[in-house]
Amino acid sequence: MVNVDVELQSVTKRFGDFIAVDNVSVQIYDGEFFSLLGPSGCGKTTCLRMIAGFELPSEGEVNIGGKSMGETPPFKRPVNTVFQNYALFPHMTIFENVAFGLEMKKVARSEIKPRVTEALEMVRLPQLADRRPRQLSGGQQQRIALARALVNRPQVLLLDEPLSALDLKLRKAMQLELKDLQQQVGITFIFVTHDQEEAITMSDRIAVMSDGRVEQIGEPLEIYERPNNRFVADFIGETNFIEGEVIENGSDSTLVGLGAGVQIPARASQEVSSGQTVTVAVRPEKISVHAAAPMNQGINVPATVEEAIYIGTDTRYTLRVAERHHVVARIQNVNSDLATNRFFKRGDLVHLSWDIDSALVLTS
Amino acid sequence: MQQVSTQKKGVLGFLLGPSVFWLVIFFVAPLIIVLVVSFSKRSLLGVVEYDFNLQNYRRVFSDVIYLRIFWKSLWLAIVNTILCLVVAYPFAFYIARQTPSRQNFLIFLVMVPFWTNFLIRTYALIFIVRDTGLFNNFLIGLGIVDEPLVIMFTQTGVLLGMLYGYLPFAILPLYASIEQLDFNYVQAAQDLGASGVRVFLRIILPLTMPGVVAASIITFIPTMGAYVTPDLMGGGNTFLIGNLLQQQFMTVRDWPFGSALGIVLMILVLIATIIYFRKGGGRAF
Repeated sequence: MVNVDVELQSVTKRFGDFIAVDNVSVQIYDGEFFSLLGPSGCGKTTCLRMIAGFELPSEGEVNIGGKSMGETPPFKRPVNTVFQNYALFPHMTIFENVAFGLEMKKVARSEIKPRVTEALEMVRLPQLADRRPRQLSGGQQQRIALARALVNRPQVLLLDEPLSALDLKLRKAMQLELKDLQQQVGITFIFVTHDQEEAITMSDRIAVMSDGRVEQIGEPLEIYERPNNRFVADFIGETNFIEGEVIENGSDSTLVGLGAGVQIPARASQEVSSGQTVTVAVRPEKISVHAAAPMNQGINVPATVEEAIYIGTDTRYTLRVAERHHVVARIQNVNSDLATNRFFKRGDLVHLSWDIDSALVLTS
Repeated sequence: MQQVSTQKKGVLGFLLGPSVFWLVIFFVAPLIIVLVVSFSKRSLLGVVEYDFNLQNYRRVFSDVIYLRIFWKSLWLAIVNTILCLVVAYPFAFYIARQTPSRQNFLIFLVMVPFWTNFLIRTYALIFIVRDTGLFNNFLIGLGIVDEPLVIMFTQTGVLLGMLYGYLPFAILPLYASIEQLDFNYVQAAQDLGASGVRVFLRIILPLTMPGVVAASIITFIPTMGAYVTPDLMGGGNTFLIGNLLQQQFMTVRDWPFGSALGIVLMILVLIATIIYFRKGGGRAF
């Protein structure tokens, strides 16, 4: 049985006429790495700030550890934050920065030193204790910010896009390090990011947000393979959206007409009715391209190659289906034999197939 | 290369010329004159006789009256500086937290008094705080006091006048430095468990120290030499270095002694400022 650590209950936040967060309900479990993912302005940072106590909800409740936070000020909440720009105090040494939270909690002097040292060792920077923040690189500052928050042993750690200021290589390394650290300390992490790859790599569960609302909550695999709607499918990874009309609504699969007599079966997660206009979503890597019609396979869609781009690991085809749809397929270049490796060229007539579970019917 | 740098020097000289000229004529030269005069003698007719001697300095340090005046001036300047900081800081903080257009408007209001001559403003202040002035009439009218509060011609009156006169000078540098404060630090401190008072003492105050230092110096130095305010608000009861200097130059016509007093004042202010910086006020991070 998992315990709920942080809960947003029908939380709405308005700034004047602008609704930043619109009736959001989320349950975050104890010890979980939970990400709030969405484009800028989707309300993810506002949610985090309401958990931290920097903003109060206009409506709804924020609960931490089963207790309603009400108007509890930030300094009385059992959470700590790693800020986007780290906000290390420039007039203090690294040691003083990390010790600050313990001092505020009136931890005994004799206990402060070992705990700060332990925290600095945890982020593998014990040698920097006497430096000032401006003498540190971005990656080092980032780790010190982590140490400064974790030294307080908070119930929940809030991270506001902490990796966005780092360069790509460092960011990748820190993603893994952060994930390791979270498993090591066992604290609930709530991570705000606009980078879908980052969220998928690190999270146990993700809440995808847009325009102040939660679009979908689930494990990374679930979000990627079974997006609820067009926004989620589009925001996470790359997807083909093929417009069509429901021809037949079976119990197992839905038959969608794409025009020019082409029909494809797809899985519908919501109720659809015959004649309804829908979108079929298929990820490029799920599509196979064949020279001849594949035998014994349910899905066989004739297509014309419009463009073929060789990009090393894959070849990326842009194909025309049923005269009016453009579909992108990404085929892994498994074969490395130059002589036998066969690529399709512009104008070739081909056949596309995919697993029926890979084609999702989306209504919105 | 050589040519370019010569040309650059020429341009630099041309641009810096006026300010160097200005400083030499109106700052360095008068300072040297004062220094020379301070080692001279006053003739019986009040004319400066250039006859090198240390008599004037001996007089400054041997007569306890002068030392008392120096001490009183120093003490009043320190009290006034602290008062200015205490009053100006919350106000500057308030301004810095407003929207940019409101900030401009409030700064404009701070500057408005400068449109009027300082002397006239001091007389206006006298009209308000004198025994039969607005302030006392108001208090008596409300029945808060029976007798008017005597503010005029007291040390309190002098302090009030100086606080009024130098407050804008304290507000401006404080505002400039608070306005630059990154409030993420404040939130980070709150997040780490610091309540309001501790956020102020541990984060806001240290980070705005440059403004506090600038405001202190900019109020301390002119109050050390103030003479209009003690003269008008103190009515001769509060006699400071400024008044002494004015008296020596204008009434007694002892320029050599006045010059020596001026040099001592300058050195005193310099030492006080250096001590203040050394005490950590000017510590940079």
